[in-house]
Amino acid sequence: MEILVCVKRVPDTSENEIALNSAGNDIERDELVYSINEPDNYAVEEALQIVARVGGKVTVVTVGGEEDEEILRREMAMGANEGVLITDAAFEGSDGRGIAAILKAFVKKGNYDLVLTGVQADDGAAQVGGMLAAMLDLPFGSLVNSIEVLGGKKLKISREIEGGNKEISEIDLPCVLSIQTGINEPRYVGMRGIRAVASVPISNCSVAELSLDASAVGAAAAKVKRLDYFVPALGKGAEMLAGSREENIERLAELLAAKGGLK
Amino acid sequence: MARIFAYIVHRGGVPDDSAGELAAAAKKIDATASATAIVTGQGSDLDNVCSTLRSSFCEVWKIANDALAHPNAELIRKALVKVLPPGSIVLVAHEHFGIDLAPGLSIKLNAAYCSDVLGMDALDGNDLKVVRQEFGGQVSSHVHCDISSGAVLTIRPGAFRPQQNAALTGTIVDKSGEIGSLSAGRRYLQTIVAEAGDVDITKHAILVSIGRGIQEKDNVRIAQDLADVLDAAVSCSRPVVDAKWLEKSRQVGSSGKTVKPKVYLACGISGSFQHLAGIKGNPFIVAINKNPKAPIFQVADVGIVDDILEFLPELTSKVRELRGVPAK
Repeated sequence: MEILVCVKRVPDTSENEIALNSAGNDIERDELVYSINEPDNYAVEEALQIVARVGGKVTVVTVGGEEDEEILRREMAMGANEGVLITDAAFEGSDGRGIAAILKAFVKKGNYDLVLTGVQADDGAAQVGGMLAAMLDLPFGSLVNSIEVLGGKKLKISREIEGGNKEISEIDLPCVLSIQTGINEPRYVGMRGIRAVASVPISNCSVAELSLDASAVGAAAAKVKRLDYFVPALGKGAEMLAGSREENIERLAELLAAKGGLK
Repeated sequence: MARIFAYIVHRGGVPDDSAGELAAAAKKIDATASATAIVTGQGSDLDNVCSTLRSSFCEVWKIANDALAHPNAELIRKALVKVLPPGSIVLVAHEHFGIDLAPGLSIKLNAAYCSDVLGMDALDGNDLKVVRQEFGGQVSSHVHCDISSGAVLTIRPGAFRPQQNAALTGTIVDKSGEIGSLSAGRRYLQTIVAEAGDVDITKHAILVSIGRGIQEKDNVRIAQDLADVLDAAVSCSRPVVDAKWLEKSRQVGSSGKTVKPKVYLACGISGSFQHLAGIKGNPFIVAINKNPKAPIFQVADVGIVDDILEFLPELTSKVRELRGVPAK
């Protein structure tokens, strides 16, 4: 099975406190730790496990710049066969639809049986997979938390729905699926693995190599634009205990006792 | 002014709670407009949903089709594309069905797409300004949507307060005849209900709930020790289940359990809206997190910036002392 996994490099929210910059128009990006978007990493692992069962090839692709090569290499260290960086100044400022249009043009160039994305990235939009599927007129499943390859160009998939329940469906190949975290246990990538792929070539792909209407991508085509970032004043906020640890524990114990937490 | 539609999810003949919230969100876009509800399905369940919705919408579009007995986003998208007028604004709840339907619908309608909307300003011409969150709720952003060719917006559950006493008597319009035959590349087989698990976290008055901050499986013991002295149960947020440190049945949130404890200790939990959606009944929430910017501090009653791996064992000792429980 030929599998394409669309990935994105994002600030790692488990490693960073996200703060506004001094101008208040962006987040402070200077000392951010970046990594592959977590659901995308699960998607790559799932692709590798499918190929291990039924054969085939895994390609990872991202839309971005040179700095994004590191995540392609990381996923190749996991076992992906090929990494492609789609990069062009014309793509800057694309909204979700623009990114989906770029990926559509890339998918059309290949012969993929299955296209995977992570369920959502740092902006929480959960949009590119579903848009890409609609642009390609392929079936789509979001929030997928298990995949079984059936005969006759079909998959059996499970989607995560409310209350931890699972919705089981059959879906025709080729299709696009957005992968939920927890679907598998992504393999560990050590320094040795990273070093082994440090010099493997990453293919670059520009607008000239894609049959793409340049007016459909980039900032000018975006119907949706972020204007700013801000920190909201939501609700009253917590009463912060700012004493020493011992004092905080003392106070918390009193509060718990008052709230019936210490019977 | 663009016409506003709200696609309503329903189960067992009852509209989802989001129905009133979508009606309220439509009023934010245009206070003078009256949104039209759209409901798909079949049989008496569909009729019941439509009649219930008459009290919150002036018009309810009913699309009955045997193929829509189970909500399949691809089929529903095809049905909606057939009935929606050009330039419509379509509102859908941002939950598992909305995530499945809305992005593709925006493509087929050639409409702007904005997801997980928490707030918005009134529509100004073709300019709609909405509020979203990014980075797991750590920061918010204003987003401009050009709705000149329509828009599809998914609305965060709980973000818009339903209008009380809307007391409308809406008209039901049957659009079933406009749909034609429907087929999809994805076919529903069955729903598998979540397993109960060893501990029922929905029955406990006190929950010691852990998140990514617990760092590794062996550390779950630290939370269990505290839970033991508090007569509490250990629950968790999604990353703990993803990492297989606890069973799915311990997860609090929209894709896990809904709990109603008296006291909720959120330990190393950032507080995503999907997690908070599982906490009901207005408990006393204590948040302990290393990250002072964690969104959980916005909703907690009491917050402590500290490392749970050091804080929890000391809290356990203190509680043991107060309750006269001998140390292990």
